[in-house]
Amino acid sequence: MSLILRQLAVGDLKPLSLEIAPGEILCLSGASGSGKSRLLRAIADLDPHQGSVWLEGTEQSSVSGHCWRNWVRLVPAESQWWFETVEEHFPADKEQDLSALGLKQKMLKSPVSRLSSGEKQRLSLARALAVAPRALLLDEPTANLDPDATEQIERWLLQSIRAHQWPVIWVAHDPEQIARVASRHYQLKADQLREVSHGSD
Amino acid sequence: MEVIDLAWWQLGLAALMVVALAICSHLVRLGVEKSLLIAAVRTVVQLSLIGLVLEALFATTALHWVALMALAMLLIAGREVTRRQKRRLTGGWGFGIGTLSMFLSSFAVTILTLTVIIGPDPWYTPQYAIPLLGMMLGNTMTGVAISLDRLTETAWQQRAAIEGRLMLGQTWQQAITDIRRDAMRSGMIPTINAMAAAGVVSLPGMMTGQILAGSSPALAVKYQILVMLTITVGVGFGTLAGVTLASRRLFDGRERLRMDRLV
Repeated sequence: MSLILRQLAVGDLKPLSLEIAPGEILCLSGASGSGKSRLLRAIADLDPHQGSVWLEGTEQSSVSGHCWRNWVRLVPAESQWWFETVEEHFPADKEQDLSALGLKQKMLKSPVSRLSSGEKQRLSLARALAVAPRALLLDEPTANLDPDATEQIERWLLQSIRAHQWPVIWVAHDPEQIARVASRHYQLKADQLREVSHGSD
Repeated sequence: MEVIDLAWWQLGLAALMVVALAICSHLVRLGVEKSLLIAAVRTVVQLSLIGLVLEALFATTALHWVALMALAMLLIAGREVTRRQKRRLTGGWGFGIGTLSMFLSSFAVTILTLTVIIGPDPWYTPQYAIPLLGMMLGNTMTGVAISLDRLTETAWQQRAAIEGRLMLGQTWQQAITDIRRDAMRSGMIPTINAMAAAGVVSLPGMMTGQILAGSSPALAVKYQILVMLTITVGVGFGTLAGVTLASRRLFDGRERLRMDRLV
């Protein structure tokens, strides 16, 4: 399924149209405050916005909010936790395998307050994909990770994205990461989206 | 039993004790003497006025006057609920939801108590209807105010977590369920505690007043039990209604958390 934005406008951003094909990773960069997170929030329908968003033939407004967010999964830069232990945040009916993220299985039993920011970030990605979405919006998914963990998470994400053929918008700052994962690269600048061609900038 | 009449000069003696307290407060620099005296004056003025109103009301026994009085009490209680909230819903929703839930629970329970349980003739006899409604509204007001304040304040503090749950595809009800339960509980706990402590720790004011006014303790106790049970029902349903309506209002039709609806 592809993710399609038609004349989507939120806040100061100029209306933009985009189509992200199944399995395609669109990397989004731009200075902080340029509206990257606002854009992702609008696509997930967390903020009021103009224009329309489609998942293949289904328009955002034709299904309920929770149903849409169940399909189009936004993983925020800073993860939120509301129960005592990690495990309670995951669906109860499924075994979780954390080994691919470089985390120990017993971490599921530990209290959230004892996790490092890197562990929280990895666990929030695992939590977001525990119930399979149909499209993925990643807001700096490796911001708090060291180079080794970053590589591991990238590999895990790329594998999952290819296996499920999700259309993905991936907010990233590191040019090397963008070069590694992006199918296309766009930059948000002066309230506009510009495509950055490969090889330059 | 004849009740001993109180003359104004006798109340003046009680007032002198308050003045004495104010002087002591001034001497040890507590800094509360001003608000103490103002509050004391307010008590005297407000209660004297309501005494006049009730004297007139009890003399007429007309339904429309009783209803007008009840409406005035409801609106003042609604304003008080709004005033006690640190973050309230915008555009009159805070006042509207608070007043509506108090109206639904207090009026329903009061009317039910009057018609089915006590049964004065006519059922709206002001000697029964107004004090009963007053106690009901006073307590429901506290319950609704506490629970709405708790709901909006907690939702504000935990807005990121609520949105985190929405991002995982939870419905708005799932995303706010813990906060909602917590708010309802905090509105009902004071009433439940009051029931548990009644007679052991404290002698309830209404019962004490009735005994002072010459009723037999046995009858006063029965009325106190009735009042406490009905107050609990009124507070409980008022809190349920208020928190349910207000938590719905925190989300829009797309199940987005709308913190812009709080001031």
